[in-house]
Amino acid sequence: MKDVIVGIPIQWYIYLSVALFCIGVLGVLFRRNAIIIFMCVELMLNAVNLLMVAFSRYFGDTSGQVFVFFVMVVAAAEVAVGLAILMMIFRNTKSTDIDTLNRLKW
Amino acid sequence: MLLSQYLFFFLSFVAVLSALMVILDKNPVHSVLFLIVTFFAIAGHYLLLNAQFLAVTHIIVYAGAIMVLFLYVIMMLNLNKEIEPHKKNIPKVAAVISAGVLMMCLVALLKGAEVQMLPAARNSNIGLVDSLGKVLFKEYMLPFEISSVLFLAAMVGAVFLSKKEIH
Repeated sequence: MKDVIVGIPIQWYIYLSVALFCIGVLGVLFRRNAIIIFMCVELMLNAVNLLMVAFSRYFGDTSGQVFVFFVMVVAAAEVAVGLAILMMIFRNTKSTDIDTLNRLKW
Repeated sequence: MLLSQYLFFFLSFVAVLSALMVILDKNPVHSVLFLIVTFFAIAGHYLLLNAQFLAVTHIIVYAGAIMVLFLYVIMMLNLNKEIEPHKKNIPKVAAVISAGVLMMCLVALLKGAEVQMLPAARNSNIGLVDSLGKVLFKEYMLPFEISSVLFLAAMVGAVFLSKKEIH
């Protein structure tokens, strides 16, 4: 597949990433389950990763793909800490519904 | 139409559809499985973009580690049922409207953008582990080392947080 970038304009990848990112945003706003919200954050990070890989391929620069590694590192660390916090929340409130945690509400 | 265009449309369709199913399915286990399908479609896109090493890493890290972690947490919390209570519809409508407005703004912003290709884009070997490793260990040596410290901090934090409190 040497000439894959000949047939596909980069705009298609931009629109695909925008769609995936907006689905992630919609999930964060739409769902009340904290686990689903975490998964939607992962989805947004992946949309950005896809766009970075596409740009690095179309512009012939390796740095974009290296940055995807760092995004993966941050995502893995975030999930480890976030799920530990989620376990603590569940232990204290017996649910993963974010509406039960409304003490910070004004 | 070229074969790569068919592949692009197929993978994009699978990715967007399963991403929508992640947020529409009530069962958290099904959401995790749909998210894994999305990640595999994105890995297919990486292969299409000639980033083979990144595709393999993506599958190992996301489908192999992160989503298994999610499944373990769902199993430990025993969430394998629809526990989400029925809520008012106004926040949901607001969520759909704001996400739609965001998407409209982004698309309108990017519609007129002209992206010109640089001549260096003809080099299709940038995604191979050879060139990737050279850049990672030469130009990005310090961030690479610092990310290991970040991992250590995350590991200590996760162990500390999930420890049972002793009264």
